[in-house]
Amino acid sequence: MVAQNIAFGIIAGITVLAALGMVTTRNIVHAALFLVAVLGGLAANYVLLAAEFIATTQVLVYIGAVMVLFLFGIMLTRAPIGRIPQMTGASWPVAALSALALGGVTVYALIDRFGTDSLATDSTVFRTADVSDSVFSQYIVPFEAISVLLLAALIGAVVLARRD
Amino acid sequence: MSELTLTGALGLAYWAETSIKLGVALVVIPTAALMLGYLFLLKMMAFMQSRLGPQDVGPSGSLQLIADAIKFLQKEDIHPAAADRRVFRAAPVVVLASSFLLFVVLPTGPDAVVENLDTGVFYALAVSSLSVLGVLMAGWASASKYALLGGLRAAGQLIAYELPLILAVMGVVIQANSLNLQEIVRAQATGEIFGFGFVGNPFILTQFIGFLIFMISAQAELTQTPFDMPVAETELVGGFHVEYTGFRFLLFFMAEVATTFAFSALATVLFLGGWWIPGFDFDAPILNVLGPMVMLAKILLVAFVIFWIRFTYPRLREDQLQKFAWKVLIPLSLANIVVTGIFKVVL
Repeated sequence: MVAQNIAFGIIAGITVLAALGMVTTRNIVHAALFLVAVLGGLAANYVLLAAEFIATTQVLVYIGAVMVLFLFGIMLTRAPIGRIPQMTGASWPVAALSALALGGVTVYALIDRFGTDSLATDSTVFRTADVSDSVFSQYIVPFEAISVLLLAALIGAVVLARRD
Repeated sequence: MSELTLTGALGLAYWAETSIKLGVALVVIPTAALMLGYLFLLKMMAFMQSRLGPQDVGPSGSLQLIADAIKFLQKEDIHPAAADRRVFRAAPVVVLASSFLLFVVLPTGPDAVVENLDTGVFYALAVSSLSVLGVLMAGWASASKYALLGGLRAAGQLIAYELPLILAVMGVVIQANSLNLQEIVRAQATGEIFGFGFVGNPFILTQFIGFLIFMISAQAELTQTPFDMPVAETELVGGFHVEYTGFRFLLFFMAEVATTFAFSALATVLFLGGWWIPGFDFDAPILNVLGPMVMLAKILLVAFVIFWIRFTYPRLREDQLQKFAWKVLIPLSLANIVVTGIFKVVL
């Protein structure tokens, strides 16, 4: 387990540094690329947790699709090279405070619920087939609800984008 | 890649096995790029255009690409004055990394695979989508309108054709009952066509529409003609890598050809029966030696078709390309999934 702990430390360090870089950088494309590094770090941590399917989905959906669309949109509109002086909004202390509050609540909830419990090391590796089995049997209702939600968002986007 | 069985037989430690596999992969990838580049990009294109192609370096010019690589390495590493240097430098590495990661899951024998991932084909599609990121970075960081336009065109095209590519693979996954590439090969090896099982059931027979959609989308993902608007010389000078020189351009070139090799290998595994040879047991150890050779032959066949189309067709217009993806390929691949699903349940 020592090797995993060292790997976790390195990956977590890079992820946190990239997250800080993302909010402090003065260039919007750099911020998006830092976000890619954050999401990649999370995917690496999922691999460490033997959650291979989630890690792959993270890469495919967040890096391969969402971030590419972000960058595509930024570059299509306005993305000057170099520092943008107006990158930090006037309300940044409020944003920092709410981010801290959210982080605090999450950490408190996790520690309060799990404390020093550790997962059994032999039974935590789920095959992808098991994941899909549970999605399509035990969690079928939430899964379908999310599908309908996404469909509604899709139709909304089409309606907003239509001119005629 | 027969060394891989030896490591299993010798009972090497995890780190030793991994470093040997890594070494083999690092040799295979540039070799694959050189082979495709020489055979198809230089020689075959020349013969199709009634030229001789390279003649001088090595027998029949076979060392031409090595000479080119040495030339590229000697060139000055130029950055445009207005470029964003860090992003400019990182972009080719991202593209090449996406191509390297693809090779990790490609099986070439019962044990001859770098990492037999449970989600093999899903992983391959996920890492292949990373190259878009590098292309966008290159286009933006070059601080040139031609490069930026090329990058945006490439991104729009890669996003549009990623969907039919993934949906075309879905048919195979439904039929094979697995995302694992080895299991997909096994399903084809043990399958039967009307009770006749000697040659197995290569999915090109039952998933022919899926195969066609996969090959068309792969052609677009690789930005090969007729889908090469991102690098259209007449409109964009050279597309997203127009500002790149020397070894950074070499990285882009190598990534392009190596990705073509990897996609041909993926098509071979998914549709042409992979490394299995009719008449052999699925787990026969000898297939670790013969499998890679069969794989190579099939990969060269698929790559031949990709380059053949590339040298034959004129390029599409940007709007035709987007229309073709969204209005033809995606509905067709969705219909393919529905039909495959119905057959899966009924049969």
